[in-house]
Amino acid sequence: MATVANKPLSEVRADFPVLERAVNGRPLAYLDSAATSQKPVQVLAAMDRYYRESNANVHRGVYELGREATELFEGARERVAEFVGWEPKTTVFTRNATEAINLVAYSWGGSNLGPGDEVLITEMEHHSNLVPWQEACRRTGARLRYLTVSDEGKLSLDELDRVLAEGRVRLVAVTHVSNVIGTINPVAEIVARARAAGAVTLVDGSQAVPQLPFSVSDVDADFYAWTGHKALGPTGIGVLHGRRELLESMPPFLSGGHMISAVDFDSSTWDELPAKFEAGTSPIAEAVGLGAAIDYLDAIGMENVRAHERDLTAYALARLPEVPGIHVPGPADADARGGVVSFAIDGVHPHDIAEICDRSGVAVRAGHHCAQPLMRRMGVPATARASFHVYNTREEVDRLVEALHEARRVFGL
Amino acid sequence: MDALYRDFILDHYKNPRNFGELEPHDLEAHDHNPLCGDELGVHLRVDDEGKVTDVRFHGQGCAISQAAASIVSEEIVGMSVDEIAKLPASWVIEQLGIEISPTRRKCALLNLKVLRGATTGDASWPEG
Repeated sequence: MATVANKPLSEVRADFPVLERAVNGRPLAYLDSAATSQKPVQVLAAMDRYYRESNANVHRGVYELGREATELFEGARERVAEFVGWEPKTTVFTRNATEAINLVAYSWGGSNLGPGDEVLITEMEHHSNLVPWQEACRRTGARLRYLTVSDEGKLSLDELDRVLAEGRVRLVAVTHVSNVIGTINPVAEIVARARAAGAVTLVDGSQAVPQLPFSVSDVDADFYAWTGHKALGPTGIGVLHGRRELLESMPPFLSGGHMISAVDFDSSTWDELPAKFEAGTSPIAEAVGLGAAIDYLDAIGMENVRAHERDLTAYALARLPEVPGIHVPGPADADARGGVVSFAIDGVHPHDIAEICDRSGVAVRAGHHCAQPLMRRMGVPATARASFHVYNTREEVDRLVEALHEARRVFGL
Repeated sequence: MDALYRDFILDHYKNPRNFGELEPHDLEAHDHNPLCGDELGVHLRVDDEGKVTDVRFHGQGCAISQAAASIVSEEIVGMSVDEIAKLPASWVIEQLGIEISPTRRKCALLNLKVLRGATTGDASWPEG
C-alpha cells in the first residue's frame, strides 16, 4: 500500500472530504492541484471554529473576543512565516499571489522605475507575474524584457548574465516552479546574479511553497509571493515576504483603515510593517485556515510531500508516452520538475481531452494555463495538464492514461 | 454512438468545409476564446445585393469550435449580411444537433461571434 510519511495514503485521502465524491459515476480523480488544491478537514474545522467561537475584528477590540481573534490571526502569520523561514513582521497577508505581485509592481515599481529602466521576466511566467509588469512598464516608461525558455523548458543563466551586463535591469521577476511545464528554476542563483548586478528581485512561489522543502531565506529574493489556496489553504489569502528596507521605503499600495499611524484632515502617516500594507479588515478566517494548512503540511513534512509528488510525476512521465501521438513538454527528469505534467495529443484538442477525461471522473485542466507567451514559445495553442498533491495516487495516473486512450478511440484514432 | 462527438461532428472537425483564406474578401473578423485559447477568423465575399457568395473560416481549436464553424459555413452562403447579423445563438446550436453544456457553449459560438464581428463590428458573445 502506498504511504506518505509512513501514513497510509488512504488515511491522508480521508482528510479530504471532496475526494469521497463520485463524478459521472466514477470516483473523483482530482488532477488539478496546480490550479487549486483540495482542503483537508483540519483547515475547514479551524475556519469553522474561528467563526463559531472567536470571530471579532482584529487589532482593535480590548475585549476578550477581539484579543482571541488577533492572537489567532497573528499566530497564523507567525506559523506561516516560520514555515517558510522568514520573519513575521515582513510577511504581508494579501488576497492572493496576484495581489502580492501587484503590490510590488505599483508600490515599488511606481517609485523606482522610469524610462531607460528594464524589468526582466521570463517566457514561462504565469500571467500573474507578467501582466502586472507589463502594466508597470506602461505606466512608468520602463521596458519589459523576457528571458527565453529552452526546448527542454529551462532558463539560461548565461543569457541572464548577458542581459544583466547591459546595466539597465532594475528588477528581475521569475517563477520558482512553472505551473505549466513544472520546471524548478534555480531561483537562488538567479537572485544572487541579479543582486550582484544591482537589480531587485521578485520570485513567484505559488507552485513552490505547496510542494517543495525549502526556505524563502535561502532563495533570498527581495520579494517572495505565493498564494494560500494552492497550499491546502482557503481562497482569498496570499502572502508577500519582503526585505525590510524595501518595504519600509515603499509607499502603501492600498490605503484606508488599519494601515495608518495617524490621520489628519489633509494627510496621514503610515503604521509599521506589516500593517502598512494591510489596509482594511484582513481575511482573518482565511489566515486561520492557512495556518491550519501549514500545520497539516508541516505534520506530513515537506520532504515527504515532495517525495510523494515526485513519485507521481515520475510515474506519469513514464506512463504518458504509452499514448500514441502524445507530446509532453518540459524537463524529462522528475527531479527537475514539480508535480505537474502538461501534454498534447495529435488529433485531439486539449479541451476535448479534458471533456473525455471528465466522463470517467478524471479532472484535468485544458487551455493556456494563464501562460500564453509560454504556449507560443512551445508552439502549441493549448495543452491539457495533470497536477498532483499529497492526496493523489498512482491509480489515478492509470485512470488518466486509460482516459487518454479512450479520447483517441472517440476521435477514431 | 458518442452523444457529443458524433460522426457528423468529427467529420466536420477532421475535414472542415470552407477552411482557409479568401482573397479578395469584403468582410473579415478574427477573435478568440480566452478560456481555452481557441482562435477563429472569417473572410466573407458579398455581392452587390448584400448576399454572401463565399466564406472561409481559419484558425485552430477544439472539435466543437472547429466543427461548428465548418457546419455554419455551409449554411450561410446565400444569406444576406443583415440575416447573418441577426442569427441567434440558438440557431448555431440547432445546426450542430447535439447538446452543448455550459462549459462548451463558447466553443460552439465562436464562429457566430466572428460572423457578427464581420457583419456588424460587434465583438460581444452572442446570446439567445
